[in-house]
Amino acid sequence: MAAARADFWELERRNRRETALLVAVFIALLSVLGFGLDFRFGDMAIVDGRLVGFPILTLIALGFAIFQSLLSYYCGASLVLASVRARELTPDTPAHQMVLDVVREMTLAARMPVPKAYLMDDPSPNAFTTGRDPQHSVVCVTQGLVDTMDREEMQGVLGHEMAHVRDYDIRTMMMIAVLVAGVAMLADFVFRSTWYTGGIGAGGGRSRDRDDNDNSGNAGAVIAILVFVLAVLAPFFAQLLAMAVSRQREYLADASSVEFTRNPRALLRALERIAQTKSPLRNASRGTAHMFIVNPLQGAREDDEGFFANLFSTHPPLGRRIERLRALLNEPGAAPAPSAGAPGARG
Amino acid sequence: MSGSLIVLIIIVAIVGWAVLAYNGLVSLRNQVQDAWRQIDVQLRRRHDLIPNLVEAVKGYMQFERDTLTQVVEARAKAISAPDQTSRIAAENQLTAGLGRLLAVFENYPQLKSDQNVLKLQEELTTTENQIAYSRQAYNDSVMQLNTRIESFPTNLIAGNFGFKQADYFQGAPEDQAVPKVDLAMGAPTAPQAPTTPPRA
Repeated sequence: MAAARADFWELERRNRRETALLVAVFIALLSVLGFGLDFRFGDMAIVDGRLVGFPILTLIALGFAIFQSLLSYYCGASLVLASVRARELTPDTPAHQMVLDVVREMTLAARMPVPKAYLMDDPSPNAFTTGRDPQHSVVCVTQGLVDTMDREEMQGVLGHEMAHVRDYDIRTMMMIAVLVAGVAMLADFVFRSTWYTGGIGAGGGRSRDRDDNDNSGNAGAVIAILVFVLAVLAPFFAQLLAMAVSRQREYLADASSVEFTRNPRALLRALERIAQTKSPLRNASRGTAHMFIVNPLQGAREDDEGFFANLFSTHPPLGRRIERLRALLNEPGAAPAPSAGAPGARG
Repeated sequence: MSGSLIVLIIIVAIVGWAVLAYNGLVSLRNQVQDAWRQIDVQLRRRHDLIPNLVEAVKGYMQFERDTLTQVVEARAKAISAPDQTSRIAAENQLTAGLGRLLAVFENYPQLKSDQNVLKLQEELTTTENQIAYSRQAYNDSVMQLNTRIESFPTNLIAGNFGFKQADYFQGAPEDQAVPKVDLAMGAPTAPQAPTTPPRA
């Protein structure tokens, strides 16, 4: 028991550390770009070896980004549900009752309040969750998922979704979206300012007296070029980082699902089944793709198609996720031997 | 900065940490107690379900009268148990009896046509799972609390404020094993594992 626990607990710890690292890099990227912008076009400068000035442009960009995400933070769940045309899941069939029961079982294991359950009328097996914190969360399954998964697999999938809620992944991704938007806005500022001040070589700090400003001259030109290059590259890197964080959280949710069910087979079987039957989801868009358990925009072809395709993917390749779960399964004492000893055995 | 100011800052920092650490321990201890009560909630749910289940299947399962009687008796014992030990023993017997009952469901195809029975079977399955998961949640809470009590630097103050390590839930082996069809219920199949639920 101890060995198995160490394994998924350890996976979770590693994932959280790596997320923190990625977010730190993100913030660094944003700061560098922002301060570069404020140096080049704003109030900031190095005078007598000390940093002076107010990073007003950085703060404006961040302000807008935060405002945008607060909107989605508070209205997000209902908007998303409406956009995928989900309706509340009621126990009108035994299968639906089973789903509701499994949701309750997973919340007990996760030590969380019970989320509201919704249903999407789509034949592709998938699920997503949304909501700003465990008290206001919603989990949504497709009819396809209900039709294809048995109880064990459903536990794996819903465990994964609850893990997103418990680990505040929705909130994390929202933060990341703020940072991405902030970087994009700053890059935009740089381009516009460069345009309006007549090009990379010209211009400098706006409100400071030119004589005091160390940005004039050669140093100024170098900084100007650096800032411009950074503005071109930064949005690209920001997107890469955001996707890396998203993938990291998916791995984490997989590990947490095992923490809840203590049964790697559950999610493993579910993912394997999804790998076979996957087809694009009708109502998903690029904006909502990241919330689903499996990337809904891709068809049934295997999605570990190469380094660059993966860099921009919100989800890790299914094959890798399955591998990691298999590794957990082979740990001594990792999972109880499947109780389906005799066909149709009852437990 | 003067020396006394530095000392003051250090003292404030230490007191601040101590407050946070104490509150953290309180929170974890309460979670443990809540998780323990949650197990009880689930066990009582099961008590409430059983009369309906027995009623519903009695007509179909004339040959299983022994099993049915065992289940009813175990439930009665569990409800009226005078102390923790006999309560736990009775609940374990109940789990075993219900497992046997669910196992022999397969032999009665007429049961599958009865919507009522199917509904009850699902309720029973989810109740068994919820009992298992609530035990797991309790043990997880205990682990969190114990780890915090043992870890530095919280261990410095835990003892002084009366925080003791909690005990893990160790049910009897036959209680934790998934009851099998073949009723050879000797060896435990899985320590501390929730029952792997049957196919719906």
